[in-house]
Amino acid sequence: MQSTLVALVEDKPGVLTRVASLFRRRNYNIESLTVGHTENPGVSRMTIVVDSNRTNVEKVAQNLYKLVNVIKVEDVTEQPNVLRDLALIKVHANGGSSRSEIMQLVDTFRARVVDVALDSLMIEATGTEDKIDGLVEVLRPYGIVEMVRTGRVAMARGKSGNGHK
Amino acid sequence: MKKTGAEIVWTMLEHEGVEVAFGIPGGTIMHTYHPRQDYGVHHVLVRHEQCAAHAADGYARASGKVGVAIATSGPGATNLVTGIATAMMDSSPIVCITGQVSTPVIGTDAFQEVDITGITLPITKHNYLVSDVEELAEVIHEAFYIARSGRPGPVLVDIPKDVQQKSTEFVLPDDDVDLPGYRPVGKGDTGLVAKAAQLINQAERPVILAGQGVIMSGAMDALRAFAEKTDTPVALTLLGKGGFPESHPLALALMGMHGEVFANRAIQQADLLLAFGMRFDDRVTGRLDAYAPFAQKIHVDMDAAELNKVVQTDVAIHGDLRQVLEQLLPLVFPNDHAMWLERIEEWRAQSRKRNIINRPENGHLVAAHFINEIWEATEGQAIVVTDVGQHQMWVAQYYLNDHPRSLITSGGQGTMGFGLPAAIGAQMACPNKEVWVIAGDGGFQMTMHDLATIVQERLPIRIAISNNHYLGMVRQWQEFFYDKRYEATPLLGPDFVKVAEAYGIPAWRAQNRREAREAIATARACNGPALIDFEIAQEGDEANVYPMVPTGAALHEMIERPAYVAADYKSLTSHQIEQAPVMDTTLA
Repeated sequence: MQSTLVALVEDKPGVLTRVASLFRRRNYNIESLTVGHTENPGVSRMTIVVDSNRTNVEKVAQNLYKLVNVIKVEDVTEQPNVLRDLALIKVHANGGSSRSEIMQLVDTFRARVVDVALDSLMIEATGTEDKIDGLVEVLRPYGIVEMVRTGRVAMARGKSGNGHK
Repeated sequence: MKKTGAEIVWTMLEHEGVEVAFGIPGGTIMHTYHPRQDYGVHHVLVRHEQCAAHAADGYARASGKVGVAIATSGPGATNLVTGIATAMMDSSPIVCITGQVSTPVIGTDAFQEVDITGITLPITKHNYLVSDVEELAEVIHEAFYIARSGRPGPVLVDIPKDVQQKSTEFVLPDDDVDLPGYRPVGKGDTGLVAKAAQLINQAERPVILAGQGVIMSGAMDALRAFAEKTDTPVALTLLGKGGFPESHPLALALMGMHGEVFANRAIQQADLLLAFGMRFDDRVTGRLDAYAPFAQKIHVDMDAAELNKVVQTDVAIHGDLRQVLEQLLPLVFPNDHAMWLERIEEWRAQSRKRNIINRPENGHLVAAHFINEIWEATEGQAIVVTDVGQHQMWVAQYYLNDHPRSLITSGGQGTMGFGLPAAIGAQMACPNKEVWVIAGDGGFQMTMHDLATIVQERLPIRIAISNNHYLGMVRQWQEFFYDKRYEATPLLGPDFVKVAEAYGIPAWRAQNRREAREAIATARACNGPALIDFEIAQEGDEANVYPMVPTGAALHEMIERPAYVAADYKSLTSHQIEQAPVMDTTLA
């Protein structure tokens, strides 16, 4: 099973290295890790996905807290939450029927075509990882030229903020 | 007032109460050394940076204050690494200040450039690369705060040469640090404390496992009050020694791999373990699935990551031990565990029969003998600093500690070469105390160059070499588990008496118990340093550390101390490996 941790960290040089070094040193298995800015200047937010069958999620959180630059860690797995992944997918499409078929698939998945070239289309898709996996599967027969995914970002639904002001 | 980075370093060290720093100058740190004489910080020049880190560590462990080590960039910084890892594993508060190449050339593979913050990332509690002189004062203040607070540990501050040279308007940082993610814990959760008290009040066969956390949180008095009120015996980890007086009737001696049989038996038969400021190291538990099978477990630690890390506990309290004990004290009932304690006393009496001290004189010198002689001569009041290996275990067994910070030893990392430099730090911290180093001939040879530092600083350190001409602990394992193939363990050493004399240190050799006693008396009468080379038994029962829990065995499956001199190990195992009887227990 996958667990999703959200960590607020000080936006200082080397913090990502500290987190990555911690995972390596404690032999934790990380499925994905994303970092970005938050509403607070000086605070970055990490979304960390771990395979909880192989890694004790509570221990990950406790060890993250031992890093001086880590402000707050929350396991949002069991909370009502929004989980999103963003993908850019360049698909082979050199005219004929494939181009229109791909456009239909893109519509079905509520994705968007963001670039059109003579022999390819670039598609932007946002959603849960499952949804993007599904899109990738149906696009694969056309020939995926290039793909990038951001990895999961997560936020708990409703009332509270992340508790750090 | 304008100050250079170098001046800020010393100003801040003074501000943090630093009296002594250990180090070696070099290209990128000499600018910081330059103004040192204008400040009230004594500098101890060591002979290898590893010794600077160990000395800072020894200073910290003896005094409870933060130790300071200084080194230049590149090899100076990397030489600190073993000492930093040692301090990290044993939660010792040190601050290491390293020079770094100037900021414009960082990353260009400049002369003596090394990424020391990268290298020490996993072995420091925190570290800094100071890129702007404006940050320097605040960083040093934070470094000391982080090193000494919470679960203490090493902090490294890497300062590029140009940052040391630049000037800025100096403003003393606020006492309060701005570390939003760093909150050392205080009291324990009241609900969990109440639950713990309930288990304690119901227990019939409780045992306290006291670790270094007792000493670090200053919980000695609270622990004693708790143990006496609840009538609970106290077993000690290696680093816990000194946290509870070993002369106390409730003291159970060292636990674990080379712990006393009666202590380990008590743990295995207990119905409640109270783990106070310890971390269930594998050297303490033996085989995990057979560890204290009848016991419910309460664990108190100030590092949440230690709770339920290796042993699953029934109540895990995240808190400062002294404060948690003070919370617990009014909640626990005065108790009487006479039956349980009597039973332990029977086991203790059985162990006592096998005490090496009681073995008849046969002309050989056994390490336990001279360690016991030192203990008697110093009335247990000395600070004893050990190296790592067999002698370390014999010290743990035969130099009993009644006071905190009286045993200084590398536990978690087991760093050979630690003893001599750590003793330098301990003696600097406690100039009026008698300091003994007890080291094997292997470990001593790893850092014996720092005899020069002892002489230079006129430190009256007494050095005892437990000399069996082997890497003794490895040899013992080879004897037990590797068909007695003594691969790479016979050890050529110099004439240690002559080595000492070459440094101007008086020295003697002792080959039997009488000579040992005399040499100890003579060494203690010296005004300055003294060294004794104790030639001890090299092989056989007298040269092995017992009792021993072999790797993979349960804690009660100990090889006992021989009651007689057996021909070899095999004849011992057949009838002397004891299994603790399975008890009838309501809680099992």
